[in-house]
Amino acid sequence: MYESDQILEWLSQVPDPEIPVLTITDLGIVRDVDCSNGVTVSLTPTYSGCPATEAIEASVVAALEDRGVSDVRIKRVLSPAWTTDWITEDGRKKLRVYGIAPPERRDRPVACPRCDSSNTEVVSEFGSTACKASYRCVDCLEPFEYFKCL
Amino acid sequence: MSSKAVSAAYATRLGDNALVLGQRLIELVAASPELEEELANANFSLDYIGQARMFYTYAGECEGAGRTEDDFAFLRPEHEYHNLLLVEQPNGHFGDSTVRAVLFESWYVLLLEALTRCADEGLAAIAERAVKEVRYHLRHSSQWLIRLGDGTEESHVRAQASLDNLWRFTGEMFVADELDGVMLNEFEGPDLAAIETQWRKNVAAIVAEARLELPGDQWMASGGKQGKHTEHFGFLLAEMQYLQRAYPGAEW
Repeated sequence: MYESDQILEWLSQVPDPEIPVLTITDLGIVRDVDCSNGVTVSLTPTYSGCPATEAIEASVVAALEDRGVSDVRIKRVLSPAWTTDWITEDGRKKLRVYGIAPPERRDRPVACPRCDSSNTEVVSEFGSTACKASYRCVDCLEPFEYFKCL
Repeated sequence: MSSKAVSAAYATRLGDNALVLGQRLIELVAASPELEEELANANFSLDYIGQARMFYTYAGECEGAGRTEDDFAFLRPEHEYHNLLLVEQPNGHFGDSTVRAVLFESWYVLLLEALTRCADEGLAAIAERAVKEVRYHLRHSSQWLIRLGDGTEESHVRAQASLDNLWRFTGEMFVADELDGVMLNEFEGPDLAAIETQWRKNVAAIVAEARLELPGDQWMASGGKQGKHTEHFGFLLAEMQYLQRAYPGAEW
């Protein structure tokens, strides 16, 4: 029998495969841990077509098995749908340091992760992955990625 | 029809729309006019394929016969696909693909919004996820249509021709068949008549901003929901299903 806090602590060390500075708990996709019958981890996919969904599920199972938890099940929870609001404050800081502007509310300007200027412009609404857009800082000229609000 | 069978059939139909459009967009990979558009297209395609996977997986669960998402995608013949004729139309030039996206996504967004409020919790959950993505797609496709229609003389003429050419495939989006009726009446699902009114308004606004003419009333093609497809569909399916047909059960 495991405590769900212990399981969560282990899960908080599992990196996101596409943005490895973030863990899956920073991303806010771990919705529930149920230890009543084996260990069932409820995960919410970010985007429908996110290629990382399966990789994340596999790494959760692997991370727990490495620590001796043998009976691990993954439950995919679609509702409520994941939103970037669930990215933790800590996760937002990590994104900024990594060079990706964290998601902002609609009315707030996107700040450059390098010089913090709000004088930025969209280059393309689409970036290297489904969750990011391409931006440029007009002041320091840094091209950067913005984690889109969803 | 049992309620599980209704859910399975309806989820399959939605999966078919998403998969077929997703496959069409895959055909455009490495053919976009610029790099940013290339990324956008690949992202859209991923979203649609992802939605299809969720719809098919759910359909398989409701059906309870052990069919997986892959069985739905790769092992059904043409007439078992019940997607709209609009989504199977060839990519044509950039204006054609853009118009197809605007017409379909304007409808799809409204349908998904209605589905998030339906009594089928499985469908509502998938719709909740998908609607956010499709809103983003529609914003992109309508901005392009506005640029094309209100762009050069050449882009205007070609965008208008695309609109005139694809308009005849929009009628069947609003023709409710038996399954649509059951979804509406027993599952508080989408009301296609209400969606048509809103769709006309939204599309008219985009078309006006693009300085294009809305096509008039005309003969409308139908048959997609009954599995009667246009001549283009068999080729799409043949390419998509080739590997599983040639090497049954192949995995990697």
